[in-house]
Amino acid sequence: MAKKVEQPQGKQAKPRNNLMRREIRWGLLFLSPWLIGFFIFTLLPTLASLVFSFTNYNPLHPDQISFAGLSNYARLFTDPFFRQAIGVTLRFVLISVPFAIIIPLGLALLVNSEHLLGKNLYRTLFFMPSMIPVVVNVMVWRGIMSTETGWLNRMLGVFSIQGPSWFQDERWVLPALTLMGVWGVGNAMIIMLAGLQNVPTELYDAAKVDGATSIQRFRHVTLPIISPIIFYQLVLALIGSFQYFTQAYIVSNGRGDPNGSTMFYNLYLYRTAFNFLDMGYGATLAWVMFVVVLLITIFLFRTQQRWVYYAGGE
Amino acid sequence: MASQTLSVPAKPRFQLTPRLRKLLPYITISTLGLVILLLFLAPLGYMSLTAFKTIVQVRDPHSQWLPASPINYTYQGVEYPLLLVPTEDGVQELALVKPGREESDYVDPQNPEAGIFTVVGRWRTFEPVYEFNPTTANFPTSWEQVNLGRLFRNTIIIATLGTIGTLLSSVLVAYGFARFRVPGISILFIILISTIILPRQVTLIPTYIFFRTIGWGGTWLPLIVPHFFANAYNVFLLRQYFRSIPRDLDEAATLDGATPWQVLWHVILPQSIPALIAVGLFHFFFAWNDFFEPLVYLQGREDLYTISIGMTQFNNIFNTQPGLAMAASMMAIALPLIMFFLAQRVFVQGIVVTGVEK
Repeated sequence: MAKKVEQPQGKQAKPRNNLMRREIRWGLLFLSPWLIGFFIFTLLPTLASLVFSFTNYNPLHPDQISFAGLSNYARLFTDPFFRQAIGVTLRFVLISVPFAIIIPLGLALLVNSEHLLGKNLYRTLFFMPSMIPVVVNVMVWRGIMSTETGWLNRMLGVFSIQGPSWFQDERWVLPALTLMGVWGVGNAMIIMLAGLQNVPTELYDAAKVDGATSIQRFRHVTLPIISPIIFYQLVLALIGSFQYFTQAYIVSNGRGDPNGSTMFYNLYLYRTAFNFLDMGYGATLAWVMFVVVLLITIFLFRTQQRWVYYAGGE
Repeated sequence: MASQTLSVPAKPRFQLTPRLRKLLPYITISTLGLVILLLFLAPLGYMSLTAFKTIVQVRDPHSQWLPASPINYTYQGVEYPLLLVPTEDGVQELALVKPGREESDYVDPQNPEAGIFTVVGRWRTFEPVYEFNPTTANFPTSWEQVNLGRLFRNTIIIATLGTIGTLLSSVLVAYGFARFRVPGISILFIILISTIILPRQVTLIPTYIFFRTIGWGGTWLPLIVPHFFANAYNVFLLRQYFRSIPRDLDEAATLDGATPWQVLWHVILPQSIPALIAVGLFHFFFAWNDFFEPLVYLQGREDLYTISIGMTQFNNIFNTQPGLAMAASMMAIALPLIMFFLAQRVFVQGIVVTGVEK
């Protein structure tokens, strides 16, 4: 391959630079929609909000804005609600992220299985709940997990288990939200399914010829090929859990009930900025969250050489 | 015998006929799939059944699975509740005429001429007799209550325009990231990823003020226009997908004189149809479900509301009107469901095996 590239170059005696410059021009052209959008809708507003984080900006009195130095950042260390919000969010990440990977992967394998009769129907039906608006999702699960009349506790009752008061019990509300989230794995399942179907059948055939069992084929053929998709899903699941907001907002009417156990970081941020209109401190909270999540993502990307495989090469 | 020993070495195993052995994976996997599916769809079952229940039926202490009401029996012009009463002749459906503590008076609807008789046993412990009695009134009522027709129209317009925008722009940008050696492109990519993890509250206030300033407050434009500038999620997904396509193909096309546009159009995109459909669907459903941005940007413009925020009022009255909420929910998810059924075919057909060997 490399020889082929050099041949025409040698004939035309064109400097390598020309080719590279052309590639850069094309690349920038393709990137331009994002570059423009990034500048207008992300970079400028982000910088503006960084500036806000050093002020006491209040939208009711925009003219009274004044420089607050690092006082917003110092406040983090003495703010008990900040600590609580971090605790709730981390606990939720630990509970929900494994589910957000394993369940969609399991479902994708199931609906990709040659042994499943009526695969297409299954794909549609497993995907269906993730199209449901969050408001509807919350309403349905409120009903399902209702202490007395909900189907979940009635089902547990069949096995003589007294179900908890899911959304009213501060110990059970995060598992309840996780369970609710399992209902929305359709997107992840479809992405993983697209990855599974992209695995060249020749590889399976070759593995079969070599006598690999189905578990070995999964471990050594399927997993490496779909590892970019799993990586993608892991990053999204982590970020999604850190930014969890809407469900918590609807479930608790924005108050973090019961007893602050759903006061997720983003909910606290929202309350600070939009209920108490303390937008300076709100911007500070947003920036702290951004930096933390960015560090975690960079760490994940560092690890990807070890376990993520790209057929197209680097 | 010899061949069987070969296929099942070492461990002695339960012997299966060859035909059953061939069928067994189908039976196991399909049964497993069915059980998982039923669990997964149970909440939808709850939604559908509740949508046909009146408020009395939802609150019924005996809480039936199906929308059902207790039956009354009219005896001599007065209505009496029918109960399942255990008697010497087995459980009978009897009308409770005069309830008492330890024994009560009943009449047998099968044989009313026999008159009133007494049966010993606490009537409160007996189950009422139910009949299937669904109501469809929840559907028109909830449709009117939040003007679902208008919510549908608004949401479809916003979702469609945004889907077009994000597909066009994300494909171009993802291609740029997947295949071009631009100096600093890895840094740009890290920046792109950071925009995924950038809490949207960070940009919300300044962006909101910006849109207000240029006169887009209370319009759909803030919900549509930004999607024409590529979306980090979609770019990330498409780029991962493009990168899993072997480079040999587009290098070969380039050597044959194809421009990058032609490579994108003839080499990359035909192999990426599942990913493209996925991105298109995801955006449509994102727009259909989006809660936060319509809430912020359409505040006070009820005529412009989308499904998501239009439905919130049902959440507030959920405890008093679960039937209405569930009926509206069913209608709200009908269109995405139909769309997905239609797109599913394209989705399955569109899978092109990557031509590594070609």
